[in-house]
Amino acid sequence: MSSTFVVYVEDKPGVLNRVASLFRRRAFNIESLTVGHTEAPGVSRMTIVVGTDRDGARKVEAHLYKLVNVLRVDDVTSTPAVYRDLAMIKVQATPDTRSHIMQLVDVYRARIVDVAPASLMIEVTGTEDKIDSLLDVLHPYGVIEAVRTGRVAMARGETRTPRVRKAAFALGGPALRPVPGVDHGTHVPLSA
Amino acid sequence: MTRKVTRPAARRRSTDPLTGSQIVWECLVREGVTHVFGYPGGAILPVYDAMPAYPVHHVLARHEQGAVHMADGYARAAGGVGVAMATSGPGATNMVTGIATAMMDSSPVVCITGQVSSALIGSDAFQETDITGVTLPITKHNYLVTDVDEIAPVLREAFYIARSGRPGPVLVDIAKDAQQGSCPFDWDAAEPKPPGYRPDHRPRAAELRHALELINESKRPLMLVGHGVVLGQAEALVRAFAERTTIPVAMTLLGIGAFPASHPLNLGMMGMHGEAWVNEAVQQADLLIALGMRFDDRVTGSLSTFAPGARKIHVEIDPAEVNKNVPVDVGLIGDVHKVLGDLLPGVVPNDHSAWLARIDELRQCATARGIQNFADDGRLYAAHAIHDLWKATGGGALVVTDVGQHQMWEAQYYRHEAPRSLITSGGLGPMGFALPAAIGAKLARPDADVWAVVGDGGFQMTMAELGTMVQEGVKVNIAIINNGYLGMVRQLQEFFYGARYHATPLVNPDFVTLASAYGIRGIRVTERSQVIPAVDAAAADAGPVLLDIRVEADDAVYPMVAAGAGLDQMIRRPAQEVVE
Repeated sequence: MSSTFVVYVEDKPGVLNRVASLFRRRAFNIESLTVGHTEAPGVSRMTIVVGTDRDGARKVEAHLYKLVNVLRVDDVTSTPAVYRDLAMIKVQATPDTRSHIMQLVDVYRARIVDVAPASLMIEVTGTEDKIDSLLDVLHPYGVIEAVRTGRVAMARGETRTPRVRKAAFALGGPALRPVPGVDHGTHVPLSA
Repeated sequence: MTRKVTRPAARRRSTDPLTGSQIVWECLVREGVTHVFGYPGGAILPVYDAMPAYPVHHVLARHEQGAVHMADGYARAAGGVGVAMATSGPGATNMVTGIATAMMDSSPVVCITGQVSSALIGSDAFQETDITGVTLPITKHNYLVTDVDEIAPVLREAFYIARSGRPGPVLVDIAKDAQQGSCPFDWDAAEPKPPGYRPDHRPRAAELRHALELINESKRPLMLVGHGVVLGQAEALVRAFAERTTIPVAMTLLGIGAFPASHPLNLGMMGMHGEAWVNEAVQQADLLIALGMRFDDRVTGSLSTFAPGARKIHVEIDPAEVNKNVPVDVGLIGDVHKVLGDLLPGVVPNDHSAWLARIDELRQCATARGIQNFADDGRLYAAHAIHDLWKATGGGALVVTDVGQHQMWEAQYYRHEAPRSLITSGGLGPMGFALPAAIGAKLARPDADVWAVVGDGGFQMTMAELGTMVQEGVKVNIAIINNGYLGMVRQLQEFFYGARYHATPLVNPDFVTLASAYGIRGIRVTERSQVIPAVDAAAADAGPVLLDIRVEADDAVYPMVAAGAGLDQMIRRPAQEVVE
């Protein structure tokens, strides 16, 4: 099974290497990892999908916290969250097939972002399943290339993100972190 | 201790710019550093050039591995941070074994390395190594500094991280142009505040209550004392806890000294080469109270059969260690000293006499297997030599061991009464640790009677540090437990590889002559009757003395839990008739 983590880190050189090295060192397999800036300067946000069970997820969380540059770790595997993957797919398109493909694109609520004489480029966002499914139906037309961002995740509701912004983005220090106990997997409110 | 601080170091802030190299020393002095163990080279030379103006003594090692082991030994003996310094490239890579040693044993060491100028980084310049990349998994944290402005805040943060929480090594790699650049120095403005670093966990009240219930209910409890008790200076609390509850105490290798060996509740060392009765007691216990230890595989044996009937309480400062190897019933995350302080008022005095009597029975059964109780067959056994060293030093020496058979015999036969009286590498097990770590320990505690107990194999890995010892005028006595083999490997070959002794016999130099080449007195010991007089002669000598103790090769460390075996499945010394 997989576990999904949202990890806030200091935006400093080498931090991605530290995080990736930890997974290699502790023999955890990364299924996908995305990283980008947040709206606050100095803080990056990673979404990491790891092939591990609940016990493994607790270890991952605890080891991530040992990295000095890691500000906060949320295991969102079992919390209600929105998951999205973005893909760009270049598919062969002849005058005969172009309209078929455009219909499929509509069904998947995807978008055509480039049209060339013999191909179309499609942009699609959604869960991994949805994108897998679109790739399957496009396959017979001839997929020339495809690129995917990997999963990004955000917890539903308004309790988490505003507090994270307030706490993490101010680089406020210790108050940012949940107090790790033996129940590492459970969500500890930031106010704790 | 007050020290007359020379002029440059007295500044807290300077409006006149200082060079990066001066700032390095300003910071070290402010952190209370009095000794730096190092080896100069091109990329760190600006820092060395600035050194003489500061009240810090530099110890020139003979190899950078030795420098880090010295800093480690210094840190463990003093209870403070040790500092090692080296140049870029090979200087830095030679430090790797020392850094990994400090990491595995949670020893606070700050390593400062020079790096090629920032413009050259990434160009495969001469003596350029990506040492922050190399040491990423073996440091608690590390830094690459390319700007002179960063030197003071990074060094302060490095010391803070090295010594706080679960201690560990921190490496600071400073580019040569940052050392040569200059900027104003403001110590106060450099105060560390790493936003994501939190060393100060405390357990929740409900967890403490749960732990107290388990403790007060238990019938066959056992305390397992590890290095964290020493690092957290919780020895007195452990003792108070044990005495109030009459719970017996077992120790890990690095926990030795945290509880007095002569205390009636002391059981001794547990684990792979632990005392048989301790391992039996662990397996029969109904409660384990683990204090500042991490359930290393050398301590637990097979995890699937480890302490099957025991509830487990784990008091540990590092959250990542709780439930890592052994699932526990209660994890109390925090400094051992504070957590024990929280628990102590809640424990009720308890009568564990039946349990203690049961352990005593187990202990009596082992008497027939103790080599000290065997009839003297005229041969000199390492166990005898170490026992006699213990006797002759009154049990008060600060012993630094290397790695291997002698290390285990030391742990079994030298009875340590005080914390920080045994310094040994537990986690990494690097041969060559003893001599340099002993030099560091002696410089930290000049009044201590420091002995390096070392095998003939491990001694030859870092014996170049004899030069450091002589140059520094350090009196460390050395006991080479010389059996002409890589003994621990030989023992594995004997037990598990059909006694095929490939690549373990050693052709050694004459260590007594070697000592004399360094101007050190050497004494050869070949019979048991010579051990105590030789130790006495070493004690009486003003300079260091090297004892070449020729011990029986055909011997093994007993008991032994084979890798992957259960803790109670020990290979035992064949029983013999006991002499009364």
